[in-house]
Amino acid sequence: MAAPMRKDEGRAAATEARIAALDLPKGGFSGAARADALARFRAMGLPGRRDEYWKYTDPAPLNAVAAPDAAVFAADEAPIFGAVDRLTLVFVDGVFDADASDDPALAGVEITRLAEAARSDIHWAQELYGVLEARGQSPVARPFAALNTAAATDGVLIRVSGAAAKPVHLVYRHGAPTSDAILHHCVKVEPGAELTLLESGPAAARFNKVLEVDIAEGGRFHHVRAQGRDHERRAITHVFARVAEGALFKSFTLTANGEMTRNECVIEIAGDDAVAHVAGAALGDGRTRKFHHDDTVFVTHDAVGGESRQVFKKVLKNGATGVFQGKILVKPGAQKTDGYQISQALLLDEDSQFLAKPELEIYADDVQCSHGSTTGAIDETALFYLRSRGVPREEATALLILSFLADAIAEIEDERLAADIVARLEAWLARRKR
Amino acid sequence: MLEIKNLQVKLEDEDKEILKGVDLTVEPGRVHAIMGPNGSGKSTLSYVLAGREGYTVTGGTVELDGHDLLDMEPEERAAAGLFLAFQYPVEIPGVGNMTFLRTALNAQRKAHGLEEMSAGEFLKLVRAKAKTLKIDAEMLKRPVNVGFSGGEKKRNEILQMAVLEPTMCILDETDSGLDVDAMRLVADGVNALRDAGRGFVVITHYQRLLDHIKPDVVHIMADGRIVKTGGPELALEVEKNGYAGILAEVA
Repeated sequence: MAAPMRKDEGRAAATEARIAALDLPKGGFSGAARADALARFRAMGLPGRRDEYWKYTDPAPLNAVAAPDAAVFAADEAPIFGAVDRLTLVFVDGVFDADASDDPALAGVEITRLAEAARSDIHWAQELYGVLEARGQSPVARPFAALNTAAATDGVLIRVSGAAAKPVHLVYRHGAPTSDAILHHCVKVEPGAELTLLESGPAAARFNKVLEVDIAEGGRFHHVRAQGRDHERRAITHVFARVAEGALFKSFTLTANGEMTRNECVIEIAGDDAVAHVAGAALGDGRTRKFHHDDTVFVTHDAVGGESRQVFKKVLKNGATGVFQGKILVKPGAQKTDGYQISQALLLDEDSQFLAKPELEIYADDVQCSHGSTTGAIDETALFYLRSRGVPREEATALLILSFLADAIAEIEDERLAADIVARLEAWLARRKR
Repeated sequence: MLEIKNLQVKLEDEDKEILKGVDLTVEPGRVHAIMGPNGSGKSTLSYVLAGREGYTVTGGTVELDGHDLLDMEPEERAAAGLFLAFQYPVEIPGVGNMTFLRTALNAQRKAHGLEEMSAGEFLKLVRAKAKTLKIDAEMLKRPVNVGFSGGEKKRNEILQMAVLEPTMCILDETDSGLDVDAMRLVADGVNALRDAGRGFVVITHYQRLLDHIKPDVVHIMADGRIVKTGGPELALEVEKNGYAGILAEVA
């Protein structure tokens, strides 16, 4: 049994080396949660390709002690969501930029920075910080989320008690080519309250982000994000959401470019008739830099009459890789559950690949659950139809790609935000005409 | 003017000849009907004219107003004035009918060196054309052909034709899947577009469409060739005696 011992020792040593390089905040309201998270992370260790949930994605760039370099991408588009009145909070390489941010005052919403709140021993976020993350560690280990809880340097703590007058927009700028950012946000939506949270930007050369969202009875939470277009950036993000009775959670993510992106979403339908939709549109072109994009989703139904929907679409070309690992777990007693999952890839050439692992695990007998996964090319008949009307090949292809992505975009409720996302998609496609 | 001379076509994937020397000249202002039994090559002819992939032209020429059609991409053929109304119009989820129409019209205008049409101007144009085809605002808003009935799909094809104003229209079994009322609506739409500068090729199995769209010339196609040409009375003969009689006669 010498070989496995060596492997485990190797993993433990790499984990310790990773921990040793971190500046771990201590004390304050989050101190105990951070210590627990560190212990969790130690016990799990850094992941390897042999771990079931890391079979398709190589964690090496995330495991590395130092962030691999990533050149800063010059902004060439108008700021996203610019057409929407919103409250903007800016982080540069994970460091809050007060001058570039709005005053965090919004009626019905309480916003505090984690770095400031962490100094006090008592804070409302104590019931949330690291709590949903810890719940989300079973049955699948998520070591980078535990690492995040232990080491996050900043983030925002948002408590919503009414209908927020406007969306809160977290802008993540990338300034230094070697930056390594760890941010942790907590959002508490009180009964009947409503918030739209926007996120955009690459954040850093390597970005580890956790968002914990607790939505109380009848609360509504909308989340729309656009990850940065820096070609070499790496990102590991987690959303942990708990959705109470009659509450709504909706999340959409646009990813264009990025050498490595892993977005995990862990949702708990905790109350009856709760609704959770999570969607993503990813565009990858491996021509200049590698593109690897991984959506790993786990939805647990633990209440009656819940509805969940996963809609993930990827457009891949020039050797780009897409991964989808999605699970719906229906616990005993979660009757009348309506669970749906679709993951689809549009491969624009024969060099690109899509790896999908849809899973259903159902322990209730009166439920409706379905999943599907497809991998295909542009429909030649549809392409001919459009061209026969005078639309040139490139433009027709772009229209068909937007058609392919439409179901995912339809998950964005606010039409202005959806229009902005579509504009980004169109611009990306226009830059990549053959 | 569309001039097809000795057109020979086979399938790209297999060594099977579909068109074995088609000759056809369609002058502006004229309506030519092509009738024929299943498998005679009628639809293949329409696809080859529009530039669909999967076919190899092994001989012959096709010119539209003096331009070599076979040398052009499908979008170039459209810009040159060719329009194919599909037998099975394609559904394109997520792309609004108006967006599709506007993209197509502006692409053709661009090809002709014209400015793009403004949104307001375009809306006015489409509304006027849609009204005569009884296409309502709701249908214009929906994704292209998604959830459309057979009749709605065909009306939508004619709407595209009306907006794009081609000089040579090919209607591939536009009557298939239509009830009498829907067929009349479609035929009225086509008739409204008949003018001295526009030619039509109407491909159909049955004579009934030709009751509504009166042809000037009727061709019978069989086994990859046009075997008989005549006036509208030829269609009536097909209706009465079927293809068997005519084919026996020309054999």
